[in-house]
Amino acid sequence: MYRYDSFDQTLVNERVHQFRDQTRRYLDGELTDEEFRPLRLMNGLYIQRHAPMLRVSIPYGLLNSEQMRVLAHIARTYDRGFGHFTTRQNIQYNWPALESVPDILADLAEVEMHAIQTSGNCIRNITSDHLAGVAADELTDPRPYCELIRQWAALHPEFSYLPRKFKIAVSASDKDRAAIRVHDIGLQLVRNDAGETGFAVYVGGGLGRTPIVGEQISEFVPVRELLSYLEAILRVYNLNGRRDNIHKARIKILVRAMGIDAFRERVEAEWQHLRTDPQLTLEPEDVDYMSGFFQPPVYDRSAGEGDLQAQLDAERTFASWYRHNTEAHRQPGYRAVFLSLKAPAVAPGDLTDVQMDAVAELAERYGFGEIRVTHTQNLVFPDIRKDQLHALWQDLKALNLATPNIGTMTDMICCPGLDFCSLANAGSIDVARDINERFDNLDYLYDLGDIRLNMSGCMNACGHHHVGHIGILGVDKRGQEFYQITVGGSSSNDAGMGDRIGPAVPKDQVADTLESILHTFVEHREGDEPLLDTYRRIGIKPFKEAAYA
Amino acid sequence: MRKIIRDRTIVEDHWQHVADDEPLPDGDIIVSHARWREERAALVQHEGKVGVRINGDISLDTLIGDLDRLPLIALEFPAFKDGRCYSHARVLRERHGYPGELRAVGDVLRDQLAYMARVGINAFEIREDRSIEDALQAFSEFSGHYQLDPRGRIPLELRRRQRQSAAAAAS
Repeated sequence: MYRYDSFDQTLVNERVHQFRDQTRRYLDGELTDEEFRPLRLMNGLYIQRHAPMLRVSIPYGLLNSEQMRVLAHIARTYDRGFGHFTTRQNIQYNWPALESVPDILADLAEVEMHAIQTSGNCIRNITSDHLAGVAADELTDPRPYCELIRQWAALHPEFSYLPRKFKIAVSASDKDRAAIRVHDIGLQLVRNDAGETGFAVYVGGGLGRTPIVGEQISEFVPVRELLSYLEAILRVYNLNGRRDNIHKARIKILVRAMGIDAFRERVEAEWQHLRTDPQLTLEPEDVDYMSGFFQPPVYDRSAGEGDLQAQLDAERTFASWYRHNTEAHRQPGYRAVFLSLKAPAVAPGDLTDVQMDAVAELAERYGFGEIRVTHTQNLVFPDIRKDQLHALWQDLKALNLATPNIGTMTDMICCPGLDFCSLANAGSIDVARDINERFDNLDYLYDLGDIRLNMSGCMNACGHHHVGHIGILGVDKRGQEFYQITVGGSSSNDAGMGDRIGPAVPKDQVADTLESILHTFVEHREGDEPLLDTYRRIGIKPFKEAAYA
Repeated sequence: MRKIIRDRTIVEDHWQHVADDEPLPDGDIIVSHARWREERAALVQHEGKVGVRINGDISLDTLIGDLDRLPLIALEFPAFKDGRCYSHARVLRERHGYPGELRAVGDVLRDQLAYMARVGINAFEIREDRSIEDALQAFSEFSGHYQLDPRGRIPLELRRRQRQSAAAAAS
């Protein structure tokens, strides 16, 4: 993984110092609430329902054990003993005191971490594929490019007061695991006919109140010119994006208002002035240097399966876990292992300080001390020997991190909801618990196949409900919590928004409605067809009729 | 006389902002972009110097032909959160090589000054209810940047050299 040099470290240290002084000036009354607001937001700090919420950046979801231990320390020392992993691969703490945030940031800086630009109207954390570097379907490792973009975006003076937040995701695989089409900019690593590496660029995707799938603005931008192309897009947005209405300020609204062709023309015109700027040119040595940080670990080439087959045959629960919570690896003798943060009765994406410390230790004992955060709010150990899977499984089981439900319906994406968030209209964690109680039969879930269930407590869509195969959106109806349910969304290569099946239902009917959707699916399903395919074949009508019969 | 920050120093400022309906006073003046467009012929005859005030709504295309006549362009921040003039400043400096004074006016506060300086703004009218001495500290908060270092070095190139020397020291 990328390690800070003295330049990076100095910058992060100075940032802590700067924020400490800004916090002091705010507490002394030298800065108003309004003036302090963007300063704290660009250091990850929200003011929430109960207390401030601090969002810590995990660049492209990559952590080492030492960093995980500091996340545990923060949860224990400054919070109530847990953290919540988000769909943008970050972690949020829900209970820190404002006064202690500079100290938290100082602790993070000790392990090369920060909370810079995790909120505010600026370029946010760069997200990517949680299987980067180990996935079999990868063109090249996206992480060196993510890090180059991260550095370009960090404290960028021109783009820190944009009309609205700005999210960039990078994917290098055939299967999009980073949801690039629902980002402000989505970058897909590709090779052109001449064999050069570059990026297909998508722009104007996003969820929220106005969900839109991003459109392709360029088929191929060479690596060398990536930063100048990004800068051209950002400049056109900065100058032309709406600032009069917060709900119309995202780049997707600008792209839609101008039309992709006119928007592209503006960007290309701007780009002609920037593309030869040496400050923005990525030379091969820059990419080589960065790639040096993301070399594969020293795998044991003699690693074999050991007793794996016998263990799989002997224990059905281990076999289920193996099938659902581990994934093929590029290196023979290894698997990537998912740690499910979706155990029943646990808020999706939450991890306690004790679990964090234990995860850090297991990552060192069984892997190379590396941990990934997925955008579906789970963790990954990327490199586990097959002959050690059974031992790891037992340890994970003891930590309640081995629920064999990855990819199934109970592997839900879920925002913190009304329990924590001041924006939410409705609870999400208790609905997740209802769903877990209703659908507790794993064999039934396995039979249903891959189902992405996404839930948001309000239309800001932090839980990505639009792009769930099944989506649940919390709404307020005359002071009551109601839930709007959609079917047929996707955030993968075939990205699209789900369709509403009908009027919102009260909280105690959410699980019933899901059950009806699943019955309809099973009734019309052909073979092992996934829900999404059945839905696309038969449309909304049968689902609607069954749910509101 | 009003004090401003120019080139990281607190100085007395003799430029006068002139409202659109006000008669032109003697001396160096700053007028709105609208007035410049309407009264350009009279303004180029003005015996003092003339600067123009623009904001994010104004397209730079309407000003580019006049850059050699203008020793000062005031960039207006109606609210500190309005970031459009950061782009204007960079385009004026980098694309058009504008050599004159770029002055931030309006809601100009300490915590945005460093970003403003890095896009090429060199003069700042700090909001009157705030301490200008305090604002001066904004320029020394960071010793380096990933991009747009105000001291004119190219950070990418600088970082390449740093890496080379680090590698040499390690071997």
